[in-house]
Amino acid sequence: MATVSVCQYHRGGFSFENCKRNALLEADINKLGFSSPAARKTGTTICGVVYKDGVVLGADTRATEGMVVADKNCSKIHYISPNVYCCGAGTAADTEMTTQIISSNLELHSLSTGRLPRVATANRMLKQMLFRYQGYIGAALVLGGVDSTGPQLYSIYPHGSTDKLPYVTMGSGSLAAMAVFEDRYRPNMEEEEAKRLVRDAIAAGIFNDLGSGSNIDLCVITKGKVDYLRPHDVANKKGVREDKINGRPETGNYRYKHGTTGVLTKAVTHLNLEVVEESVQTMDTT
Amino acid sequence: IVSTFNNYNDLYPDWTQREVSTGTTIMAVEFEGGVVIGADSRTTTGAYIANRVTDKLTPIHERIFCCRSGSAADTQAIADAVTYQLGFHSIELDEAPLVQTAASLFREMCYRYREELMAGIIVAGWDPRRGGQVYTVPVGGMMTRQPVSVGGSGSSYIYGYVDSNYRAGMSKEECLKFTAEALTLAMERDGSSGGVVRLAVISEQGVERQVILGNQLPKFSTV
Repeated sequence: MATVSVCQYHRGGFSFENCKRNALLEADINKLGFSSPAARKTGTTICGVVYKDGVVLGADTRATEGMVVADKNCSKIHYISPNVYCCGAGTAADTEMTTQIISSNLELHSLSTGRLPRVATANRMLKQMLFRYQGYIGAALVLGGVDSTGPQLYSIYPHGSTDKLPYVTMGSGSLAAMAVFEDRYRPNMEEEEAKRLVRDAIAAGIFNDLGSGSNIDLCVITKGKVDYLRPHDVANKKGVREDKINGRPETGNYRYKHGTTGVLTKAVTHLNLEVVEESVQTMDTT
Repeated sequence: IVSTFNNYNDLYPDWTQREVSTGTTIMAVEFEGGVVIGADSRTTTGAYIANRVTDKLTPIHERIFCCRSGSAADTQAIADAVTYQLGFHSIELDEAPLVQTAASLFREMCYRYREELMAGIIVAGWDPRRGGQVYTVPVGGMMTRQPVSVGGSGSSYIYGYVDSNYRAGMSKEECLKFTAEALTLAMERDGSSGGVVRLAVISEQGVERQVILGNQLPKFSTV
């Protein structure tokens, strides 16, 4: 049975025709040597872990525009509701706006039900919105929180598929972070161990992935309490320039103070030299 | 698969731009009194395994399940929509829905939106009128009832095994063994299938689920 596709008028739903046109235009522009402005992306390592009393979410803080770091300390853990937070990877604008829209809708929903919102509700809202846009909203999310059903963690992909798991990683550094998780994750960890694990997973992403860097933010969510630790760990401290040590700006002064290099032994040999001849040669400075 | 992001290939490797797919091997077998369904547990984005413990056996109603293969996002969205429609229909009817009804709802959606979707689904369950039934709704949106059905990328490797080893009138235990062995063989050969084997038995008594971990899978001489 052959599949025959008949060109027919698009019935209902979104039309993504312009997206195809834009992709062609972009290819044409690149052929001419110009480049269209790059979207700011959160290259990113984000992850989450379910532990004994709740969930720990973690994220790095680098935002890139192509090969340039646009923001060295951006916040990737977004507020959804008092008990639910969401880390976002992918296009920065998409993650920011998507989480804000769902946060707003969830607050209205919560007022309507009269209850604290559930993580599964946020998950449904996010996946249904992302599916509607067929992957053109580039938001890859790690959603975590604690509700009346217990602690839960979801990973949400740009096309709208979700997975409910005890530990998840997303973003360009997700493989590095997942390696750490697969090695050291155990069910029902204590809070300190879980925070250490998430911190180490994000650190793996920061140091092994070019798209991730700077600091490590954590968010610990338990029943009734949220610890938003920003920054939890400044993994990449900016170095101090040598030309301002004593407050005096001196460019090009690469002298280090006495004691920077430890001296083990010191031996002084005097060279007793006699002056044999002394002559002056004038230099022609005309 | 359309790449919708800029092509910074060094910085953002392949699997950040590919859609999530349940590579998959799924299977369902009818027996006297119910059905046995089974699936592997691997979800991939390109060459990366996004979820190695996926549950592809999704409940649609109390005694009706579907096995999902193809695009993860598409099949999850379709399953959610059909679950809602079937639940509503069942309340209107005030009785347990037919497996054929569930399969029809899947077929309606998969056929209507066939150009936009990539979903291969096996619907299986038990209802009081016709007992255990398996309906397959592959990619184009056709729907047909079969005593045994396999699907997903790994199914290609086990058509021979299934055709030669299936007998009508097998017992529940025989069906479980048959399904587990077929899935194991497919998982060994198909790169997009793997992880654990998830099985479920649906009958008048309800649903019994089980998981066979990697080291407990049946052993064959060459694998």
